[in-house]
Amino acid sequence: MGHGEMKTYFDEPSLDYEVTETLIDDGVREELLQIAARYPQARSALLPMLHLVQSVEGRVTPAGIEVCAEILGLSTADVSGVATFYTMYKRKPVGKYHVGVCTTALCAVLGGDEVYSRLQSHLGVGNDETTEDGMITLEHLECNAACDMAPVMMVNWEFFDSTTPQRACEVVDALRAGEEVSATRGARVVSWQQAERVLAGFPDGRADEGPTSGPTSQLGLRIAAERGWRAPDPADFVSADETDENEETR
Amino acid sequence: MTEEMKRTASVLTPVLTANWGDERAWKIGSYERRGGYEALRTALSMEPAEVVSVVKDSGLRGRGGAGFPTGMKWSFIPQDNPKPKYLVVNADESEPGTCKDIPLMMASPHTLVEGVIISAYAIRANTAFIYVRGEVLHVVRRLQQAVREAYSAGYCGPDVLGTGYDLEIIVHAGAGAYICGEETALLDSLEGRRGQPRLRPPFPAVAGLYASPTVINNVESIASVPSIIRNGAAWFSSMGTEKSKGMTIYSLSGHVTNAGQFEAPLGITLRELLDLAGGIRAGHELKFWTPGGSSTPMLTPEHLDVPLDYEGVAAQKSMLGTKALQCFDETTSVVRVVLRWTEFYKHESCGKCTPCREGTWWLVQILHRLEAGQGQEGDIDKLLDLCENILGRSFCALGDGATSPISSAIKYFRPEFEAGMHTPAWELFPYERSTVLVHEGVPA
Repeated sequence: MGHGEMKTYFDEPSLDYEVTETLIDDGVREELLQIAARYPQARSALLPMLHLVQSVEGRVTPAGIEVCAEILGLSTADVSGVATFYTMYKRKPVGKYHVGVCTTALCAVLGGDEVYSRLQSHLGVGNDETTEDGMITLEHLECNAACDMAPVMMVNWEFFDSTTPQRACEVVDALRAGEEVSATRGARVVSWQQAERVLAGFPDGRADEGPTSGPTSQLGLRIAAERGWRAPDPADFVSADETDENEETR
Repeated sequence: MTEEMKRTASVLTPVLTANWGDERAWKIGSYERRGGYEALRTALSMEPAEVVSVVKDSGLRGRGGAGFPTGMKWSFIPQDNPKPKYLVVNADESEPGTCKDIPLMMASPHTLVEGVIISAYAIRANTAFIYVRGEVLHVVRRLQQAVREAYSAGYCGPDVLGTGYDLEIIVHAGAGAYICGEETALLDSLEGRRGQPRLRPPFPAVAGLYASPTVINNVESIASVPSIIRNGAAWFSSMGTEKSKGMTIYSLSGHVTNAGQFEAPLGITLRELLDLAGGIRAGHELKFWTPGGSSTPMLTPEHLDVPLDYEGVAAQKSMLGTKALQCFDETTSVVRVVLRWTEFYKHESCGKCTPCREGTWWLVQILHRLEAGQGQEGDIDKLLDLCENILGRSFCALGDGATSPISSAIKYFRPEFEAGMHTPAWELFPYERSTVLVHEGVPA
């Protein structure tokens, strides 16, 4: 950075335009068109289309931006502007597994900071960096909406709830060793690129894996059952008018 | 309700959470076995305007934070406007501390889908969107599947249950941006743009998605609709307090013995909830808490008996928000927590409005040196001055929310900020003491 300039996240390196090879072929283009056709106005499809680009290319590539722009009739600057706004779109290649650790206040205090720093030293990478074997990209995350199960780790956007530094290291070790790993609330972990395909709107048939909810999700429900607590009985609220109407319809 | 019924009224009232322990609760068969989609049939036998009336009469207010009456929002849709009407569900749950919509959609996506169909019918929309944050893969899967199942059952798609009503439902995954939980930013994002808020008016009810009349509701609000249609407005409004009706999900997290989700009538207190959760973790005591996420001014143990409804929390100069009760005990540095929240707002500011974009940047810098014990003379006043210059000066509430933790923390814990002039927070409050990790023998 030059003298007197502040570095902000807006200054992060943009797309690498030197890389020109692409895996986007006619089949991918056909799927991008399918996404565009889902919406009343095609431009609404841009976010899922960029998810699909990432699932094919492993990041948002210049070729991906160009094909989205061409299909939607936008300038590449418009598409780049969108691609650089959202944190899930990556400008550098992402590892097979994207590991995120929540370090927003509550998770950080309860242990997320330690989970994150242990993973950094265990993997030998900094934030938003990928291990040399291309297997793990580490990133600290903002709140992922599982605060009752803090500290929270995400692998390819699957929940690894109530984690510890030790368990987090075991998970990444297993992933690097090619073992099958299941989320605590979710499915068997797929690759980051496969996950991106689901986010683009192409289901992978894994919705029925994993539990209904986590143990904390059911806490109030369990207590209510133990104590016989329940919502009011609707039968007590049938008004005289409604009863009359029912009589009439009979 | 008789006096006897009032006395024996249940503290917890699971309705939305009732099936969260069921085997494969996310499947349509499981949902229907509990009476799922009966409310849809009832609603379809009514005029759309009648459905709006029932929801109005129930007193349901928005569960995403602002608490605006849901039925009234629906009635603002100009039915003489020739443009298509849209229903958009805000499933972008990302407010720090908030964790109710994600488990709802994972466990029982059909509760939401049935609510979407009834609500879309009520406002005469033929297209509905569920805008879900992208960082929750399995929730996206379960929503996609639930919508497919609903199509197969004839509950949505063309000619819903033979009534001639058509409805398309689109599950749309976001791509990582807290700001898209703000309703007008969500609309821009859903139009394929950067998620930046719009100036209001015009309000979305008049010119929302594609400049057409649009209703945007939170997941929990929409998910409450089937129970209201099924059991009646009087049933719903028998729960809660005078102006805050119905049951709602409270999410208890942090230094509590048993964190979790509790569905109760509006107006329960944190003291009652903590009793159910086994209290603050053993050997510790409550220091501060948020009533509804990090954007709602923090409260202290003196507020344990405040009724957690819209009016009760507002009377304490805070907001009910999303009912995300984040509890921190006496081991916690409030300066550290406030810094982290402020870093969150700085990161998530969309950059559109100068006070928010620049202000959050300066707030973080000052809080960083206070955490490190290197605060400078006048830093606390500067923080408050910055907050004053951010509050109310941006398009949306993100900037306002960023000031809440700071001004409330200084109000209750000013000496801790003053200590930041000379002593690092990690010396005053060794951070390993506030983790939950030490309790399982994991070295800090």
